[in-house]
Amino acid sequence: MLEVKNLHVEVDGKQILQGLDLVVNKGEVHAIMGPNGSGKSTLSYVMAGKPGYEATHGEILLDGENILEMQPDERAVKGLFLAFQYPLEIPGVATMTFLRTALNAQRKARGQAELSTPEFLKLVRDAAAKLEINPDMLRRGVNVGFSGGEKKRNEILQMALLQPRLCVLDETDSGLDIDALKIVSEGVNRLRSPDRAMVVITHYQRLLDHIVPDVVHVLSKGRIVKTGGKELALELEARGYAEYQDEAALAS
Amino acid sequence: MNAEVLSLKTGAELALAETYAAAKAKLPGDGRVAALREAAFRQFDDTGLPSWRIEQWHYTDLRALMRDVRPLPGAPDAAAKARANDAGRLIGDMDVRRIVFVDGVFVPELSDLQNLSPGLTIRPMAQALAAGDPLVAAHLGKVVATEREGVVSLNTALMRDGALIHVAKGATVEHPVHLVFAATGDKPASVFTRSLIVVEEGARAMVVESHDAAAGHQVNTAIELIVGDKAHVDHIKITAGPADLVHISSLMAAVGAHARLNDFAFNIGGGVVRNQLFVRFDGEGTVASLRGASLLKGKQHADTTLIADHKAGGCQSREVFASVLDGESRGVFQGKIIVRPHAQKTDAKMMTRSLLLSETAEADSKPELEIFADDVQCGHGATAGALDEDLKFYLMARGIPEVEAEALLVQAFIGEAIEGIEHAGLRDALMEHVVAWLRARGG
Repeated sequence: MLEVKNLHVEVDGKQILQGLDLVVNKGEVHAIMGPNGSGKSTLSYVMAGKPGYEATHGEILLDGENILEMQPDERAVKGLFLAFQYPLEIPGVATMTFLRTALNAQRKARGQAELSTPEFLKLVRDAAAKLEINPDMLRRGVNVGFSGGEKKRNEILQMALLQPRLCVLDETDSGLDIDALKIVSEGVNRLRSPDRAMVVITHYQRLLDHIVPDVVHVLSKGRIVKTGGKELALELEARGYAEYQDEAALAS
Repeated sequence: MNAEVLSLKTGAELALAETYAAAKAKLPGDGRVAALREAAFRQFDDTGLPSWRIEQWHYTDLRALMRDVRPLPGAPDAAAKARANDAGRLIGDMDVRRIVFVDGVFVPELSDLQNLSPGLTIRPMAQALAAGDPLVAAHLGKVVATEREGVVSLNTALMRDGALIHVAKGATVEHPVHLVFAATGDKPASVFTRSLIVVEEGARAMVVESHDAAAGHQVNTAIELIVGDKAHVDHIKITAGPADLVHISSLMAAVGAHARLNDFAFNIGGGVVRNQLFVRFDGEGTVASLRGASLLKGKQHADTTLIADHKAGGCQSREVFASVLDGESRGVFQGKIIVRPHAQKTDAKMMTRSLLLSETAEADSKPELEIFADDVQCGHGATAGALDEDLKFYLMARGIPEVEAEALLVQAFIGEAIEGIEHAGLRDALMEHVVAWLRARGG
């Protein structure tokens, strides 16, 4: 489903990703772990199409199609979803309006009919209930006055509503207490399916106790330096990233 | 010498002098009104149209912007009246009492002068001027002195009609009064309307004025407003019209003690628009909000200039203006808060925000504080910037196309300003204008 080939990315004239390769098949959950500054967030942003993240070499193929030239909204319509590490606050745009606009924009772009108000409300209420989100919060501005945990739950709510085929979760565990981590992880696990792939980006192994990956990659200095099974995460937790930083240094 | 002075006048100024000379005998009013007109015209003749040399008009050089002058309008025909009826829809489906003026003349058959709530009296200004109405004699031209304000003087000299509204002591006006000003005649004309609103002690009223125009008109409108002690007044002004409309508006308000004044000006049209507000706080403990929002595109120029004059202490005023500027438009905001020597415990805050949607749009903000008392809380702020790219990316990352993402953010920006309006129906009506404006921009 996802193929990243020899990806080089520059941000503010600085080379962050330097030849990253990654293949994720549908139904799989891949974890990408790495020390701070290794390029984890850059990978998530360049996939979603954030301005300023420029791919200088390589490609990102989603179902065989290079998405690098596409606008962020076109990528979303193709089924890509990025759960932000720091979800943004949008005062004045009610969460409900935001969710509805996003959902209907995607449906419209795919040639589907827009949802009626009752259909939409039912969908949102059910999804919010599963994530223990108080419906009153959805009337507020997007993420305005939300706690860190509420913002992350709101990201997963969007993911549940938009039903993407490729989910990229950027440091979804950061800022979560143990209860919120459980709710968020369960929300993510409910979305695991044979037709959907996930890329879980995290610094700590903790999240992977809850969202158990099929494959774990270690990212260091802009490239994948090791790939293994879920036990690799435990190994990293025990031994830290020091040796991979050296390994990347040697390789470069 | 005389000839030299004359030669400095612009064609527009000379034309206005001719217009006044030809019209003054026919304009409504008794001898006292005629004297008021004459004095006002002399004042205008001295100052001329305001130019950039006058500080308060620095960004809106009316002398240069108004090269020629339209003639005074004739009597409105059926087509103009029909267009005026449509113009009333600017405020949506609110349940209001409408008072309609077409090309500056009251039109009884389009207006609801019957069944007004108890305590509310409305009289066409032309009639009041002719009859020597005591309210006119007591207040007209006297509510707030505006020195060297050429456009106000010009309005006084040439005022033809408008509304005289009186709300008796303690009365609550049930339905908002909607003054529909429609410069909708076929022939481009100069329209001068003047209104006086007196809300007595403890009374409550909401007045909505909407302005719309057909091509080529020049409008000079002024309202004098007296808010009595403990009275509560909501005043909302909506300005729309074509890109060649010149619209000059002045609000002069004197506010008593422990009163409330909520003012909101919404600009969505016109070529050159000037909204000036002179608000004086005469009594203690009053709370006022003077707000507004503008949506500009093309070569539109809109200027909001206000003076909040705290003469009495213990009042709170909030001045909040937001503008969205697209194309080559220019949005000007000048706000001055004056706190007089004895106006202790004044709490005044002014904020202006501009959102620039294009590289060629321009925002000018000039907030000023003139404080002569020592125990006050006053502040001002101004921001100007483009849409937040990160927010736009967040919305687009959810599948929302760029134009729609921008529209959502603009709505949020303006929505924050519109939220200050208490009337939900009016808030919705204004938001619909915003949505329509954005749709036109996207298409």
